[in-house]
Amino acid sequence: MIARLSRRRLLWLASIGMTGVPALAHAATIDPPPDPLKLLGTDPIGLLGTSSDPETLTLEAFADTLIPGAKRFPSDVAIAGVAAGPGAVQAGALDFMRYPGTGVGALLPVFAAAVDAAAIAYAAEHGRVPDPTLPPFVGLRYPDRKAMLDGLLNHGGGEETLLWFALAGLVCLGYYTAGHLDTAEAVRRGHPGLKALGFPMPDRDGLWRFSQFSYRRKLARSHPGTTGSGQPQ
Amino acid sequence: MTSVIETADVVVVGSGPGGAIPAYRLAAAGAKVVILERGPWLETKQFSQSLRIDSYTRIVDYITADGVSVVAGNCVGGSSVVYFAAALRTPSFVFDRRDSAGRRIWPKALTRDSVDPWYDLVEETLPVAQQTWDDVPYPGGVWAAACHNAGHTCNPVPVAVDLDECTNCNWMLNGCRFGAKRSMLLNYLPAAVAHGAEIRPLHEVQTISPAVTPGYRYALTYTTVDAGDYRVPDGGGVIEARLVVLAAGAMATPVLLQRSAPLLGSMPKAVGRYFSPNGDRVSMALMDEAKVHSVLGLERSPGVAYDAFPIGKPIGSMTYDFLDGSRHVGDRYGLQQIYFPTITNILPEGTPGGDWFGPAKKHLTDRWRSWLTILAMVEDHNEGTFGEPPPTGAFIRVDSAAAVSTLSYKPSAATVRAWESSDAAVKKIVEKDGVGEHLSWSATRNYLSAHPLASCRIGDDPATSACDPSHQLRGHPGLFVTDGSSVPTSLCVNPSLTIAALAERASRGIVKHAGALGVQVDTKRTPPPGSGSLRRPR
Repeated sequence: MIARLSRRRLLWLASIGMTGVPALAHAATIDPPPDPLKLLGTDPIGLLGTSSDPETLTLEAFADTLIPGAKRFPSDVAIAGVAAGPGAVQAGALDFMRYPGTGVGALLPVFAAAVDAAAIAYAAEHGRVPDPTLPPFVGLRYPDRKAMLDGLLNHGGGEETLLWFALAGLVCLGYYTAGHLDTAEAVRRGHPGLKALGFPMPDRDGLWRFSQFSYRRKLARSHPGTTGSGQPQ
Repeated sequence: MTSVIETADVVVVGSGPGGAIPAYRLAAAGAKVVILERGPWLETKQFSQSLRIDSYTRIVDYITADGVSVVAGNCVGGSSVVYFAAALRTPSFVFDRRDSAGRRIWPKALTRDSVDPWYDLVEETLPVAQQTWDDVPYPGGVWAAACHNAGHTCNPVPVAVDLDECTNCNWMLNGCRFGAKRSMLLNYLPAAVAHGAEIRPLHEVQTISPAVTPGYRYALTYTTVDAGDYRVPDGGGVIEARLVVLAAGAMATPVLLQRSAPLLGSMPKAVGRYFSPNGDRVSMALMDEAKVHSVLGLERSPGVAYDAFPIGKPIGSMTYDFLDGSRHVGDRYGLQQIYFPTITNILPEGTPGGDWFGPAKKHLTDRWRSWLTILAMVEDHNEGTFGEPPPTGAFIRVDSAAAVSTLSYKPSAATVRAWESSDAAVKKIVEKDGVGEHLSWSATRNYLSAHPLASCRIGDDPATSACDPSHQLRGHPGLFVTDGSSVPTSLCVNPSLTIAALAERASRGIVKHAGALGVQVDTKRTPPPGSGSLRRPR
C-alpha cells in the first residue's frame, strides 16, 4: 500500500505514464468501452454505469465525496446519497478517468490504492471501523469521507498533495466539462454536469454564437483619466 | 563557404507576440529568419469549441509549480492564440516603480510616454478595437453596474478582436474558430512568412551553445516532438544563427538558458529569478438575480436580469479607479470582469469561508449562470525562482498538456496584503446593497496565473536584471530576450499589449544589431513608431 508518495515516486509514476499510457490507449481501441454518449441518452441518472470491482468502487466514492449525487439504486455503496440528482459518478467521472485522452489510465489502480491506504490511516487515527466487506474508503460514512479528503486536500503537506489534486481534478473535469465527450453532443444529450450548470446549447452546426449578448446600455461612468483610445493613464 | 550544419541569419525561439514581432521585423528588413515553435500549427478552422480534454489541450499547457500554477499557450502564435485579447496599456506608475531600496526597477529609458508610440504601432497593427457599451457582454455590464452602484467608474476594455466578426461565443481559450480574435496567426506571423520567414512547429529547443561555422555565433539544438503526444520525441537537429531571439515564454526562456549556461560559459544571475505571476488574483461573486434587477436595474429579457455568465467575450469591463499612482503600492490594481471556462470550476469555495467540494459547492454550481468572476492584477514583488532545469524541455510533461515546473513561488507578506486589499475592494463592490456574495477561489493553495512574467527581465542594474535595456542577454552579444520573461514587474493590467510593444521597440535595435553582424538588412525599412502597420513584400 502506498500511504505517502515521494516526489521521486511520483516522477517514477509519471515515467510509467510516459511509456505505458500510449500503449494502453492503443489497447483500449481494440476493445472499446460502450459509447458514453449513448448511455447519456438512455440513462440520464446513471443507473447503468455501476460496477462492483474494488478499484471502481473506491474511485466512485472519491468522486461522490467531491460532487455528491443520489444513490443509483438502494444498495449503492459507492455513492453516499447526500445530495439530490446526479453527481460526479453519474456524470461519468470514471469514464473520464479512463478516457485515453487523459493519459492517466495506467495510474488509476495506484490512485485507488492510495485512497484506500489513506482511508485505513484515517480510520485508525479517528477510531472508525470501516465496513470490512468494502474497500476501506467506501466503508467510511460520508462525513468521514469528506473529513478525510479535507485533510488530504486542504491541510495535507508534502508532495503527495499533487496526487490528490490530480485525482480531484479528474473528477471535477468529468463533471464540469464532460471532458471525455465532445461538448456540443454532451450538452444536447443532457450530460448531468453541463445540465446542472445550465451550459448553453450550441447552434445546429455544433458551434456557439450569441446574437444577444449585451445590455447595450452605458452602465457606468468611464474613469476621468481615460485616454482617447479607452486606455488607463 | 559551405557548412554541413544548417544555418540562418536569425533563429527565433517561440512564436507568440515576443517572437512573432521581431521575426516579422527582421524578415521584412531582409534577414533569413527561422522560427522554432514547440507547439503545433493550427489554422482557424481547426480550432474546436469543445471541452473534451484532448481538444483544447493541444494548444494550452497547464503548468504546476511549487506555489503557483500557470496557464500558457503551446502552439504557433503562442499565448496570443489562447489569450482573452484584452489589449491594455500599462499605467505610468508601473514604469516608475521602485524596489525596497528605492531603486528604479524598469530601465530609465522606459516610461509610459516613451513606450506609448510603440503601443500605437501595435494597436494599429493587430489592430485593437475599442468596445462601446453595445459591445460589452452581460457579465461586463453587471460588473460595470455594480461598480457604479458602489460609487466607482468602470470602462469597457479595449480588445484585439474584430468586433464585426466576433460571435461572443466565449471559447477564446480554444483559439478563435471565427478568425475574429487578432492573434499572431492573423497579422505578424503571416506577414513574416510573406517576407520569407519559415515557421517550424513541434520543434522544442533544448540548448544554445557557441556555433562552429565561421560568422555564426550560436548553435541551437532541438528535438521534434510527436504531434499526438508531446512527451514523445521523434527527431532532432541543430541550426546555427548569427543572432538569436529568445521568446519561448516566461516559463521556458529561463529554463533553456539555465540548461545552456555550461555551454555558453556564463549566465547572468538574474536568469530564472524575479518571476512574477503578474499579481493575478481571481475571486468571484454569486449574483442575486432579483437584486441585479431591483438595485442595478438590469434586465436582459423579460423577467431575466442576468443569468448569462457564459455569454460573450470573456473580458468586458474593468474599473481603472485603483490604477492610481498616488495610492500605496499594495493598493494599486486593475479589477476586471473575466470569464473562465468550466475547467476552473473546481476552484471556487461553495460558501464564504466554506468548502470547495461537497453539497454546498454542488449547490453553488447549480447557480453557475449567476456567477461573476473578477480578476485583480496587483503589484507583486517578483518572488519566483526557478530550480535546476529538467533534462529536456521547460518542465516535466506528466501528460500531453499537464506539466510540472521547477519554479518555486512564495509570495511575500506585502504581496499577500495587496491581494487582501484587492479582495476587500471586490467584496465591497459586489456586496453593496446585497447584489452579490463574494467568494474566494480556494481549492488550491497554488496561486493561479495566466500571465507569467519577469524571469529573465530587462533593467539597468546587472545584479537584478538578466537583460540590458535593449533586451540583449548580458554577456551574450546577439542573444535577445523579447517575451514576457523580459518584462520587469507585474503590470496591473493584462500583459500582452505591453509584451508586444516592448518587442516592437526591441526589434528596431535588433535589426540594427543584425546589420552590424553582417546580416544583409535594410535598417531604413525598420518602421518608426506611428508609421503604419504591416508592409507587404516588395
